[in-house]
Amino acid sequence: MIDWARHLPVLPIVIPLITGAVLLLLAETRRVPRLVLTLSSTLAQLAAAIAMVWITSDLVPGIWPEGIGVYAIGDWRAPVGIVLVVDRLSALMVLVNSILALASVVYSIGRWDRMGVHYHSLVQFLLMGLNGAFLTGDLFNLFVFFEVLLAASYALLLHGGGPQRTKMSLHFVAVNLTASFAFLLGVAMIYSVVGTLNMAEIAVHWRGMSEGDHNIAEAGAAILAIAFLVKAAGWPLSFWLPGAYHAAGAPVAAMFAITTKVGVYAILRAASLLEDASTPFGGVWLYYLALATMVYGILGMLASRQLPRLVAFVVILSSGTILAAVGSGVPAMLAPALFYMLGSVFATAAFFLLTGMAERLRSAPVREEETAATPPPTYSAFAVGEPPDPYSPDDEVGVALPAATAFLGLTFVCCALLVTGLPPLAGFIAKFALVAAAIDALPPFGAFGREWLLVIALLGGGLAGLIALSRVGMRLFWSVAGRQTPRLWISEAAPVAFLILICIALTVAAGPAMTYLDSAASALENPEAYIRNVLAPTDGAAE
Amino acid sequence: MEMVVALAIGVLAASGIWLLLRPRTFQVIIGMSLLSYAVNLFIFSMGRLKVDSPPILDGATDLSRLADPVPQSLVLTAIVIGFATTALFLVVIIATRGMTGTDHVDGQERDS
Repeated sequence: MIDWARHLPVLPIVIPLITGAVLLLLAETRRVPRLVLTLSSTLAQLAAAIAMVWITSDLVPGIWPEGIGVYAIGDWRAPVGIVLVVDRLSALMVLVNSILALASVVYSIGRWDRMGVHYHSLVQFLLMGLNGAFLTGDLFNLFVFFEVLLAASYALLLHGGGPQRTKMSLHFVAVNLTASFAFLLGVAMIYSVVGTLNMAEIAVHWRGMSEGDHNIAEAGAAILAIAFLVKAAGWPLSFWLPGAYHAAGAPVAAMFAITTKVGVYAILRAASLLEDASTPFGGVWLYYLALATMVYGILGMLASRQLPRLVAFVVILSSGTILAAVGSGVPAMLAPALFYMLGSVFATAAFFLLTGMAERLRSAPVREEETAATPPPTYSAFAVGEPPDPYSPDDEVGVALPAATAFLGLTFVCCALLVTGLPPLAGFIAKFALVAAAIDALPPFGAFGREWLLVIALLGGGLAGLIALSRVGMRLFWSVAGRQTPRLWISEAAPVAFLILICIALTVAAGPAMTYLDSAASALENPEAYIRNVLAPTDGAAE
Repeated sequence: MEMVVALAIGVLAASGIWLLLRPRTFQVIIGMSLLSYAVNLFIFSMGRLKVDSPPILDGATDLSRLADPVPQSLVLTAIVIGFATTALFLVVIIATRGMTGTDHVDGQERDS
């Protein structure tokens, strides 16, 4: 085993932890060292993530057997100690996370990191929680990393202040704290009958349980699923999401685009490991719940008039789509669903960043009018005007971008194409592959196949997204009244362009990407390799 | 003893959930605390209820008489995390009270 690769899995957790802690010690006024530290930490995580994806892909055989790397913390082996496990899915999620982090951090340099204290530390702690949740192989450790990322996201949601953010934070914190209690209950119930917290060992013990124990463990898993679904914004546990994402600042909302995917990842992992036994994960109920989530997302998109709120419903729709693919029980749909997740995470993040800039298209009076016209009563209850911006745009440093309106319009169109799944970008490939896999799985002609519902929901989601986005886009870019040419800065425009370029690269390199995702999906289908590698005494024990 | 613990957890959880659904922020945070007590006791009892049994190996005690140390460490972690998040929740509640002038969870009184 190559030496540097051995410690690779722990880097995405340790780097942001140390960086975040050191950033706390540097005064807010020392901007240059702070920015250098933040950016180099984010780049280092990106490098580690790329290395992990590269090693777990089939290109480099031999370093990690079967594409699974196990890191025993403190060199305590799996059933006793806590392990970090890298497989293709978790390496991919860490990569997506660090790409988003880079875009969000660069975007926040322009304005957002000065609207409150400790912004960069909080982002690093959020990254630590996200990476840890993706990499851990221990159920209770997963809870701890969930709490790390949630604690950071509570503070980040409050970043920038204002009555609206505070009120939405109240709901966000209350819902997520309650979900954490559900998580703990589920973990405790599973532990009481299985006697271990290691996910691979739980999967082994799951099969050989007596019926009474099995009932308790299944109840625990069901409670756990509730906690995961709250995080993944599955209907009817998703009502906290639109308001919170709307209230969050643009770069924070962009990072939040992936925090819902942590819940989706946890469900995927649990469904993979506990698949052979009859479990609450991956059953038919998940499929119909996911379809309901999609319908809720579609209706919400059609009903929202403001872009951030609309994009929040796009996040719900994409969560629902992936969950439906998982719950459908069709193995061929897993890889397209992962591809869809890649595209939709980048596109929604770019969209959130874009909304931060698109707000400047409007002069102040029109914006006020728009806020007053918000229709849903649940939202208008919170529509208190924003506090005056402490940093007026004239104070900002950086180079203003020429042809700002054209840039905004072009990126808006790209994002809209991506989230609605229209050709020629990655969203289309993902949706096409999903629909194709769903139709392949249909029963012979004449019989009712529940896959039809997913096909209808997918196409309906695309249509509804197109209608809603065209309406918002026309009002944003084509209405003459009160429009002004916004001033954009390179540091704000570049991250959006970067995310869209990634999506275009994903479109061009769809073949290699799908190959990687296929192997990730087949590893999820056959968790034996995961279990074997986690529980096997590796060479480290022999030393 | 099992019945007493189970009843205590049930009463705590029921009160916690009822308070959680109330419209005042103070009731919500008290409900949250009660619920966390219930959850912590529940985790603790998942390691089986035993009296007079040490959780740490000392070589002298019979292994079957040892208490399971894992739930105890889990409950410690859960208490610390719950304490920190409750403190943060308290700050958010005070900020909302200051900004909106009401302690309703929606930031305004219901029109009725």
